[in-house]
This record gives sequence, C-alpha cells and structure tokens, in this order.
Amino acid sequence: MIQLALYFGFFAVSVALLLNLWRLAVGPKLMNRILAVDTMVINAIALIVLFGIQYRTTMYFESALLLAMFGFISTVAYCRFVLRGDIIE
Amino acid sequence: MLFLLELLISLLIVLGGFFVLVGSIGLIKLGDLMPRLHAPTKATTLGLGGMLIGSMLFFLGVEGKLSIHEVLISLFLFITAPVSAHFMAKAWLHLNAKHRPKLPPTGSNRGWSTYDASHAPEPGWPTSDDPDRPAQ
Repeated sequence: MIQLALYFGFFAVSVALLLNLWRLAVGPKLMNRILAVDTMVINAIALIVLFGIQYRTTMYFESALLLAMFGFISTVAYCRFVLRGDIIE
Repeated sequence: MLFLLELLISLLIVLGGFFVLVGSIGLIKLGDLMPRLHAPTKATTLGLGGMLIGSMLFFLGVEGKLSIHEVLISLFLFITAPVSAHFMAKAWLHLNAKHRPKLPPTGSNRGWSTYDASHAPEPGWPTSDDPDRPAQ
C-alpha cells in the first residue's frame, strides 16, 4: 500500500515539476521565473524524500537538507540582486 | 496495528502529493504574480510537510529507527518559506512602482512602508546632518 502511495507521489511531484518548468519557460517576467525556480527546489526536495522512502535509506535526507538551504539562499540572493543591484554591499 | 500505520503513512504521502500538485497547478492557473505567490508558498510547503511526517512515521514504525532529519527539513522550510515569499513580493513591488499612485493615503505621518521608506524621510525623522544620528 505504501508502494502504491509512493507511485502516486512520484506521479504528482513529477507533474508538478513539469508545470513549474512551464512557468519557468513562459515567464512572463523575471519575478515569475524566480518564483518558479523556488517552487522547483521545494518539489525536488519532495522527490528526494520520496526516493528515501522508496529505497529505505536515510542517506538522502542530508541532500534534501542541503537543497533546502541552498534554495532559500539562492532565492534571497536573487531577490536582493533585483532590489539593490548587488548582493553583498 | 501495522496495517493502520501503513494506512496512515500512505494517506500522508498521497495528501502530500496532492497538495504539491495543487500548488503547481495554482502556479500555472493564477493570473498575476501577487495571487500566484500564494499557491507555491502555502500549498506546496504544506504538501512537503505531510510527506516529511509520513517519511518520519515510516522510518520510525516500519524500519524501526528514529530519524530527526525530517524535523530539521520541515522546520527549516517552514521558517524560510514566508521569508522568501515576502522577499519576492517586495522585489515585485519595487519592479512595478506604477501601482504607487493608486494607493490611498495612509492616514498617518508614515507612508506606505515598501514604497516610501527608501525615498522621502518622514517628518520628525533624524536627517543626515542631525548630530544625534550615528554616522553610517
């Protein structure tokens, strides 16, 4: 039963990633693309967590944690670049 | 008992996948950036939280080992998602400053915080030649 739920989860997250990719491609402006990349990072974390359940190992969670931190930092750095024209003043 | 646990884990995973999908459909369907910001930052984070709780229950109940990583991931995401959403909204407001004249007056001597804070100083605010103000 967990396997069936995992199949549904893989399907849902993959479709969500494709929809995010669509938003990243069509834009229409810079901020929409930043939002799409931020959502893609969160969906990739969800995919990594599901992989960890599938292969019954906790080894993937370090990468999920790293991806969460770097996703947040990259979003903040990009928004700060848009706001100020510089990241570290 | 194990059946109930597996049912709970499966339910959490399915609900998480559903909410992640809802967030991304909202990212496609909603019209402008400001309404569009709601879907990924709320629904997707909620779905990921459900998946992480399901994963923690799985490793605790089925595999028999306690894993704390999920708590760290969900804590970090739940702290950072509002911050990044707020940052994106603020950057969008500054990129679209044409909305500023349509706003009503605030009714106090403070202006609209995002638009007016960086331009005109408020009355009574220490100016740059004020001796009490520390040098920048």
